[in-house]
Amino acid sequence: MARFSLSDTPVDTATLRANLLDDRVGAYASFEGWVRNHNQGRPVTGLRYEAYLALAESEGGRILEQTCALHDILDAHCVHRIGDLAIGELAVWVGVTAAHRDAAFAACRFIIDEVKLHVPIWKHEHYAEGDAGWLHPRRE
Amino acid sequence: MTRVTVLYFASLRDAAGVASEVVDSSEGDLRALYETLRARHGFALPVDRLRVAVDGAFARWDDVLRPGIEVAFIPPVSGG
Repeated sequence: MARFSLSDTPVDTATLRANLLDDRVGAYASFEGWVRNHNQGRPVTGLRYEAYLALAESEGGRILEQTCALHDILDAHCVHRIGDLAIGELAVWVGVTAAHRDAAFAACRFIIDEVKLHVPIWKHEHYAEGDAGWLHPRRE
Repeated sequence: MTRVTVLYFASLRDAAGVASEVVDSSEGDLRALYETLRARHGFALPVDRLRVAVDGAFARWDDVLRPGIEVAFIPPVSGG
């Protein structure tokens, strides 16, 4: 299984977690990003993620490989949803295994931060007022 | 003229009205190509807020156009 993947169907986190565990593992850290019902003061009813598939997979894979090289961990996986998502659905999942917790926490945080910064995925939010829009955040 | 394929995503696709198009360009590099297409389609985002990719890999704005390449303009991402 690729360390980074996109999924157009709901993600089974129990299976993802089980795939990472083995006898060398002393620590497992995960992050789950969920679709919340508001953003920047506006009520949100749902959203859609779109990706540039080829580049998202290669860039996500690069981030995961970089993480494994930089951190003292055993393995790491990340899955990001694409397509239409409802409030409360899992949008992104990160799981990291290591011998010790410090590396597992640090690598998990690194992965989600890098994915949000670099992987070509875009969020289209649908608002309770009936309009919708793409999010193109500014990063100074 | 150099014939290239251009991919649009997110707000750029909405503004262009298409997900991709074939463009015959006399522009020298990717930056000039974006500026021309920005004027044509009315893209709100200036070039310094985008990244650019060629044939599925990140590229540089001063890379020259070559026949047959697939250019993707990458607006600010919002995954996670």
